[in-house]
Amino acid sequence: MSAEQEKSLSEVLEEACNATRAATDEAAVEQLRVHYLGKKGVLTEQLKRLGSLPADQRPQFGKQVNEAKQTLQQLLAERKAELQSGARARQLASEKIDVTLPGRGHQTGGLHPVTRTLDRLERLFIGMGFEIADGPEIEDDFHNFEALNIPEDHPARAMHDTFYFDDGHVLRTHTSPVQVRFMENNKPPFRVIAPGRVYRCDSDVTHTPMFHQLEGLWVDESVSFADLKGLLSEFLSRFFEKDLDVRFRPSFFPFTEPSAEVDIGCVICGGKGCRVCGHTGWIEILGCGMVHPEVFRHVGVDSEKYTGLAFGLGVERMAMLRYGVNDLRLFFENDLRFLRQFA
Amino acid sequence: MKLSEQWLREWVPVSLDTDELAEQLTMAGLEVDSIEPVASAPAKVVVGKVLEVEKHPDADRLRVCKVDVGHTRPLTIVCGASNAAPNIKVPTALVGAELPNGLKIKATEIRGQKSSGMLCAAAELGLEENSKGLLILDKRAPVGKEITEYLGLDDHSIEVDLTPNRSDCLSVAGIAREVSALTGARLKAPKINAVRASSRAGLTIRVQAKADCPRYVGRVIEGIDAKAETPFWLKEKLRRSGVRSIHPVVDVTNFVMLELGQPMHAFDLKKVNGAIMVRSAKEGETLTLLDGTEVRIGKGTLLIADKTRPLALAGIMGGEESGVSNDTTDIFLESAYFRPGAITGKARSLGLHTDSSHRFERGVDPMLQRKAIERATALLLDIVGGKPGPVIEEITKDKLPKTKPIMLRHARIERVLGMKIAAGRVETMLKRLGMKLVKQAGGWRVQPPSYRFDIQREVDLIEEVARVNGYHNLPVRRPEAGLSPHPFPEALVRESRLRMAMVDRDYQEVVTYSFVDPRMQALLDPEASTVTLANPISSDMATMRSSLWPGLVQSLIYNRNRQQDRVRLFELGKTFERRGKATVEKPVIAGIATGSALPKQWGAETRELDFFDIKGDIEALIALTGCADEFRFDAALHPALHSGQSAQIFRNKEKIGWIGALHPEILAKLDIDRATYIFQMDLMSLKSGKLPRFAPISKYPAIRRDLAIIVDEQVTSQDIVDCISQVAGELLVNLELFDEYRGEGIDSGRKSLALGLTLQDSSRTLKDKAVDAILDRVVGALSSELAAQLR
Repeated sequence: MSAEQEKSLSEVLEEACNATRAATDEAAVEQLRVHYLGKKGVLTEQLKRLGSLPADQRPQFGKQVNEAKQTLQQLLAERKAELQSGARARQLASEKIDVTLPGRGHQTGGLHPVTRTLDRLERLFIGMGFEIADGPEIEDDFHNFEALNIPEDHPARAMHDTFYFDDGHVLRTHTSPVQVRFMENNKPPFRVIAPGRVYRCDSDVTHTPMFHQLEGLWVDESVSFADLKGLLSEFLSRFFEKDLDVRFRPSFFPFTEPSAEVDIGCVICGGKGCRVCGHTGWIEILGCGMVHPEVFRHVGVDSEKYTGLAFGLGVERMAMLRYGVNDLRLFFENDLRFLRQFA
Repeated sequence: MKLSEQWLREWVPVSLDTDELAEQLTMAGLEVDSIEPVASAPAKVVVGKVLEVEKHPDADRLRVCKVDVGHTRPLTIVCGASNAAPNIKVPTALVGAELPNGLKIKATEIRGQKSSGMLCAAAELGLEENSKGLLILDKRAPVGKEITEYLGLDDHSIEVDLTPNRSDCLSVAGIAREVSALTGARLKAPKINAVRASSRAGLTIRVQAKADCPRYVGRVIEGIDAKAETPFWLKEKLRRSGVRSIHPVVDVTNFVMLELGQPMHAFDLKKVNGAIMVRSAKEGETLTLLDGTEVRIGKGTLLIADKTRPLALAGIMGGEESGVSNDTTDIFLESAYFRPGAITGKARSLGLHTDSSHRFERGVDPMLQRKAIERATALLLDIVGGKPGPVIEEITKDKLPKTKPIMLRHARIERVLGMKIAAGRVETMLKRLGMKLVKQAGGWRVQPPSYRFDIQREVDLIEEVARVNGYHNLPVRRPEAGLSPHPFPEALVRESRLRMAMVDRDYQEVVTYSFVDPRMQALLDPEASTVTLANPISSDMATMRSSLWPGLVQSLIYNRNRQQDRVRLFELGKTFERRGKATVEKPVIAGIATGSALPKQWGAETRELDFFDIKGDIEALIALTGCADEFRFDAALHPALHSGQSAQIFRNKEKIGWIGALHPEILAKLDIDRATYIFQMDLMSLKSGKLPRFAPISKYPAIRRDLAIIVDEQVTSQDIVDCISQVAGELLVNLELFDEYRGEGIDSGRKSLALGLTLQDSSRTLKDKAVDAILDRVVGALSSELAAQLR
């Protein structure tokens, strides 16, 4: 009897082990576990026979059953792990993708190069303590001309090809009226920039009837021409991110005195002379000067107490030099093949 | 202002080379625009003396000349010019010379006669467009000398771009004064003496417009030689200054204008009827100008007239009839001072711009007129002869501009320029500029010369000091200023944020013109009251945009015509509309899109864009305000939009924009063959956001219930949302519409909507009973107000 039982146990174990080794998936392994080791499993059932054995045989048989269970348990676990890793590997293999295919969804649009340039200009001046002011694009004669010391018959009016409306208003020819409006409504000291659209009745290869300017104004008790030179030299080097040759040349604007034109060493050829700089090595980049006392008088600022500096620059011109754009008109054609280059 | 470098150097001999001279001028504010050689200076062309002239044996029009060019033997040259004659001196091109027109001179035979060289006309040297015969040189010209050297052809035409305040430099004299002040070189002005009258001939001058013409100087010269020609040297000076030779008398007046800066005019005395009048034009007067055009003269324009008719537009251009011609023998010379304001704009309004009007508009030295007429007289006597009468002068002294003395404070120079400049240097600089200085406490009293009428204030003098000192020699100070933060309103949505939101949603920013084609505007925004330019650049840029749509549509068409199928554009800018008498400028943001919803890509179905894609983009902008619940879209009709796919956008009660599909009729008119969506919203309402306000997060679970209802087609999603929001109470924390369905199982004319309601209490766990009660209220309201059925 005892031999019979023993044989039977080892037979069962062998049969179980063979079945486990033959199992082809995790579910089969689990089934075998339940079949042999579950509450009513074949090996578990063997233990129930303990009671029918003589007392002296019981410990040994019990031990044998437990060993068999442990052996099978271990084998099942091993087989399960073996099967699992195979399945994972197959899963991974089957889920492999071509990671070089393009991503999906929306693309990103882009800012217009004028906006991009204006953003940069504004940030640089804000960093130097300037605030931003705004004003109307349809201006009256007083703000666009008169208050800027450009009376009716002044030859400087010929420098501005002005768009008129029947009621005598004009499309502002520069952003300078914004400084007039700002000074009318604020008390010095202040530092302010005014970016925006301006209009001139002129259209050819190098002129568009609309373009953008950025006007700057700094009024305080001790602002001098030396500050003007310092401020603009610093600004230009920062804008172009290089140490530039900057030169100030006497010029004329009715609203500043002394007035200056600022040239930079050509950023295209490095001063050697090229088409862009007209083979002079210099590029005219902005106009500036000390605020004319007549302008201060028009807006009620005491020109004995305060001095001021002002400057104005063409935004498209800055963008052209910065990005190497060779035709002003491209900015307003809005050709996507052009605009996308500035995304 | 264009002038000859040599001429300038005659006036002020400086040791600077051409480039250095140009640099000095530019850095003093007289910007040199260009420097061009005055001739292409041919080599191997020398002064030759014609010794003999014989007829060519086999050609009627040719002559065979013996020419001494300083070689041991004279050259034999065959020549076709009719003015070839013994003893004249002419430019002679030697064998091996290459003329500016490309002609290479070789030893050759012309009709059997040897010819080893060529006698040249001015045109062949590139000095004239057309020449009538050989260029006959001065008798004293040294035989054999290179012509380039003899005629000074290694000269340059210097073009100076003058600012409008420096009319004093619109002459050789003016620029020479400036060079002298900058370099310290002495001026060598030619002596100008009064020419004594040799007749008593005169003319009555009546100046009626005294304020506009405070000085009028005239002189009669009788018996000039009508056949005289302008000498080559004078022609050359004019040519090198960009002025054409016309008639000896005119050439002399132009020469004086270029030399001294005084525009002059010469009348044919025989054509002047009785007297010279300076007066304002009356209504309806006309005049045929020197260039042959007849102009209607605007009332009030300053005229030179005689007793019967206008003769010239004062300071602008003479009349054809009274001008000098080839048979003129008696002339009346005019040298006047016209008030700039009387000339400004007049030439422009007649479409004219002359050397004369250019100078008078900017201002001529009011003390120059007599000197100029004496200079011209002397030159005329040399060239055309004749008997000069006395100088006649009409002055209205109190109307002549005067330069007033100006106080210059030494300390103020430092204040403005940021640099102390020694008193001695200030004095030297200003004196060199022709100013008279009288020392005063703390500064000077400065009297500018009559030609520097642009100097009117202390700061003008400071600029002169800065200029002569050189801007490049002024100090550079790094900016220093007090730190004071500027206002930084947090509730304001920045424009850059709105722009980036559009960019991130795949829109490309554009910048379009503020003036648009009125037809395009009428098509897209027919109800706007537009603002129109009085002088547009072209008819398709005549109206200020009342909407950004015309510009966006035009940009879209532009790109579609360039193989771009998927176009998504936006712009931020102002619109302009008339409100009563005022124009309202309103900043808006607008966009346009057409093509597939997503770029064509693998693994995703290509779907055409629709209304809700664009609406989603707008909602993304709205979300930035943090006040999304204040905005709503109501179906409404817009003339440019598809009647079934257009909505007006509101913020609370305020109308702030439109969204929709472009009307199919408009698409057809514009030849756009794909559905196109467009929107525009007021920027101010999108910029006005709010400061975030913290609300505690509920610790209790939220409960979601879904509802499916069937309603009539005309019931909008907004109606349902409004209805539910009203009755659900504050426990409703979220309401979403997640499906819309028509078709099988739903009667036609009805639709099924699926809604998800999320309810939550902040102070306790919601019980099913409470939720059921709310749902009952919602269903009840939907049924009674919108005839909704539960599905």
